[in-house]
Amino acid sequence: MMLSELDFSALWVTLRLASMTVLVLLIVGTPIAWWLAHTKSRFRTTIEALVALPIVLPPTVLGFYILVALGPYGPIGSLTGITLAFTFWGLVVGSAFYSMPFVIQPLHAAFEAVGRAPLEAAWSLRASPLDAFLTVASPMAIRGYVSGIVLGFAHTMGEFGVVLMVGGSIPGKTRVLSTTVFDHVEVMEYTQAHIISAVMLLFSFLVLLGVYIINRRFPIHVS
Amino acid sequence: MTRRNIMTAFLIAFCVGLFLAPIASAEQVQVAVAANFVPPFKALSVEFEKQSGHTVEVSAGSSGKFYAQIKNGAPFEVFFSADDERPKLLEDEGLGVKGSRFTYAIGRLVLWSQDPALVTGEDTLKNGKFKHLAIANPKTAPYGIAAMQAMMKLGVWEALQPRIVMGENLGQTSGFLESGNAELGFLALSQVLDEKLKGKGSRWEVPESLHEPIKQDAVLLVKGQNNPAAKALMDFMHSPQARAVIERYGYELK
Repeated sequence: MMLSELDFSALWVTLRLASMTVLVLLIVGTPIAWWLAHTKSRFRTTIEALVALPIVLPPTVLGFYILVALGPYGPIGSLTGITLAFTFWGLVVGSAFYSMPFVIQPLHAAFEAVGRAPLEAAWSLRASPLDAFLTVASPMAIRGYVSGIVLGFAHTMGEFGVVLMVGGSIPGKTRVLSTTVFDHVEVMEYTQAHIISAVMLLFSFLVLLGVYIINRRFPIHVS
Repeated sequence: MTRRNIMTAFLIAFCVGLFLAPIASAEQVQVAVAANFVPPFKALSVEFEKQSGHTVEVSAGSSGKFYAQIKNGAPFEVFFSADDERPKLLEDEGLGVKGSRFTYAIGRLVLWSQDPALVTGEDTLKNGKFKHLAIANPKTAPYGIAAMQAMMKLGVWEALQPRIVMGENLGQTSGFLESGNAELGFLALSQVLDEKLKGKGSRWEVPESLHEPIKQDAVLLVKGQNNPAAKALMDFMHSPQARAVIERYGYELK
């Protein structure tokens, strides 16, 4: 076999990182997406822009802030004593910011498409707001959840800049597939780089294909 | 001209400029420099530019990355490696100019910490009062290999494995240390003697008996063989003046 144990541990770390990031984003992102879809607050546009920011922000900027602001001498690090560099959880925090728009935006769009009418109907039948959200709005917005989960997962798999800046390349903890490709190329191990790259390429294509198929199969019906 | 005309003129000039920008002047030399040699090289290139009138464009990184890039057609004209192996390979492969290769410095490895009391000697590695030890990636950075060899000789390599974090090159490694994310790590003496870190923290200069000598070679690349600025830079590196600067940064000379 061309690939080493290190490559497989990188695959495992990558999958764990992507899953954990999506989980965090579902928990934090759902309320934000919900709020964005229903609020009339004047801060709405600002929050929308903040959520979309990571699309244009270089991941190295995020990595730099984690390294410096959250370092032991940084403002947050020195106050709280929490440092995130070289840890798996540091990568989760970085990736959560990095992939935030890819989870929140599909959710936001889906909640908006569902609209208020089905909720008002549920409320008039004395469903509690939480009940209405869980049994009416969420199933109707299922497409948003599926797109958000899949895109968030896939985008995190491709995460590179943050990991390179703060990961420290620790096998089994912070060494992921994208940086492994980089390492292989640096030492001219092109065979291994080719194998991992091909896997990543195929995976990314299949993920996007899946998202488009889902979008066709499950249109949001609002009657 | 109306305001709109001025705007249009600017826009056209900008678009034309987009295509003009990449053309470099013949008096410029593109240099790839291993991260450990960047501090002295900055001082050297200022002096070189003043004397020769040429300009120097510096790219800093790991020797491994530069070697791979040069093999794949990177536009570098002179390569200052952190080892003697890669410049030799480039020469053998026809990418370096035969006979141009020379050892410009012999590097010194140092264990350094921002904490003025942490590093006392080799015992610092053995008593393990730290969470993270930063080294440059031994796969791509010769100082990483030297650090690995030293820890192996001291018999601490296996035990320290879980605490070792790796920078892509020495520059990133020193970033880990300066930001305090890693308490101690192995750097080049040249980095510790640079203005930014000079007199700060604590250090232990690793005895040369603990690792293979870090012979750092430079080579004139085929891309630069017709560039007078590249040749002038190679000559300048041999001058007593340049050698004095190199020594001041803690390197030894042949």
